[in-house]
Amino acid sequence: MILSATAGHPGFLSPTGVEIAFLLVGLATFGAAVVTVTTKQLVHAALWLVVALGGIAVEYLLLTAEFIAWVQVLIYVGSVVVLLLFGLMLTRAPIGRSPDADSGNRWMALGASVPAAGALVWVVVDAFRTTWIDLDGPAQGSTKASGEFLFRNWVLPFEALSVLLLAALVGAIVLSRKDRQDRKDRKDRKDRPDRSDGRTAGQVRPDTRARRTGPDRTERPAADREDNS
Amino acid sequence: MNDVLDVALRLVIVFAVFMVVPLVVGQAEHKVMAHMQGRLGPMYAGGFHGWAQLVADGVKFAQKEDVVPADADRRIFQLAPAVALLPYLLVILAIPIGPSEGAVGQVIDAGIFFVLAVMGVGVLGSLMAGWASANKFSLLGGLRTAAQLLAYELPMLLAAASVAMAAGTVSLPGILNAFEWWWLPWQIVGALVFFVAGLAELQRPPFDMPVADSEIIFGAYTEYTGLRFALFLLAEYAGIVVLCGLTTVLFLGGWHGPFGEDGLGWVWTLLKTGVLAFVVIWLRVTYPRLREDQLQKLAWTTLIPLALAQIALTGIVKVAIN
Repeated sequence: MILSATAGHPGFLSPTGVEIAFLLVGLATFGAAVVTVTTKQLVHAALWLVVALGGIAVEYLLLTAEFIAWVQVLIYVGSVVVLLLFGLMLTRAPIGRSPDADSGNRWMALGASVPAAGALVWVVVDAFRTTWIDLDGPAQGSTKASGEFLFRNWVLPFEALSVLLLAALVGAIVLSRKDRQDRKDRKDRKDRPDRSDGRTAGQVRPDTRARRTGPDRTERPAADREDNS
Repeated sequence: MNDVLDVALRLVIVFAVFMVVPLVVGQAEHKVMAHMQGRLGPMYAGGFHGWAQLVADGVKFAQKEDVVPADADRRIFQLAPAVALLPYLLVILAIPIGPSEGAVGQVIDAGIFFVLAVMGVGVLGSLMAGWASANKFSLLGGLRTAAQLLAYELPMLLAAASVAMAAGTVSLPGILNAFEWWWLPWQIVGALVFFVAGLAELQRPPFDMPVADSEIIFGAYTEYTGLRFALFLLAEYAGIVVLCGLTTVLFLGGWHGPFGEDGLGWVWTLLKTGVLAFVVIWLRVTYPRLREDQLQKLAWTTLIPLALAQIALTGIVKVAIN
């Protein structure tokens, strides 16, 4: 982003309206992010993630990066979270709290994330210390400006990223096709003259099927325990 | 003060459009379907073709008890209709209906991305409803909604990207300013892909697998009653208006027409939108529901390759012109 470094900018102690809004939205985003990782209700965590990602989109908007903001909403809120919710619903999405929704890595995770966040904040603050975005002039984060900047100055990282994503895509396809190969092997075995194992070979992954048709989402942890006792 | 008044006036107008036009489409759907199927339905309320039945239905919805199932996740259950409806209100804000500066709620720099992003958020409402209802059929409906959205978001985006490439801008008024009549045959494949994918995203027949009444009752909306159910219905009709408006603006030239562009541009926009809305209703009466696997197959093996071919064609023609 093109940042204009002006000497006569207002300091931290005389904030403008946009700066105040930026800070408040940032606090809300941070709060939503914290709730996302601490709540014991799985689907609520995904929905709080929507709030956090949406908050980041609003921050982009406040920094005049309109294009980035809408792409953020399109990709993250519209697709990634939907994919997340889809996965949750397909496997297990109980209503209410899940007491077992804790991997036990809480302190390890905190120990990893706090230094990472600290390093990121430090790098960003150090890099942009004296640069200010001129909010009154023409939008510096407009689609045109972003596009020109991306495809003139940053083409190489952009292309490298696209190759990386392509590799990930191909990898995902390879992983998912492995299953079909297994099935084909089993089918070959089934076609052989001795059909002793023909019946088991015909069944395609019974575990997946059971999960798909009967998602036990209405189960409540308490009721579950009663059943077990 | 003048600016504030201007903004307030625009918001009020957009809100009025948002409240009125979807209802008109809904009423048109009732009547068109009735006549196409030869089952006229209520014809007496209010006189002409029973137009006042719409008002009566609204009153009925408002009077019904608002039931929340005992096992449901209360807050999310109640929030879902708003999440489903509000995005369409925001999208209407960005659709230009005429050539002048005053004929659009708000000029947005990255208009295409704005409308597609916000429309995608609306589907979260269906997902929330499907999950929070604590009902097996609702959950299945939510799952199907998500699968459908994931499949059809991509062709829609690719088709829209083709127009953006052709116009050299992603702003909706900008696209209309660059429009020429020969874009129509040039972008026709993209237009079809966009329209079909949009229909699927709205879960309109023949893509209404998520609400297939013969299988899963009414999908994610099974447990809803009264006003909240009406809000979901309104979201569907608002979605039709938005989809038809967007197809008009992106592919059919919006306010461009054979004559009278300057004064009557908005009439062209409304006319094209209306014709498309009629087509949406027509499709509902004509085609049977697609099966889930047919749905996915159509998106991944037909629409996406077509959209990519359209992008390639757009690129070639664009380079050839320059």
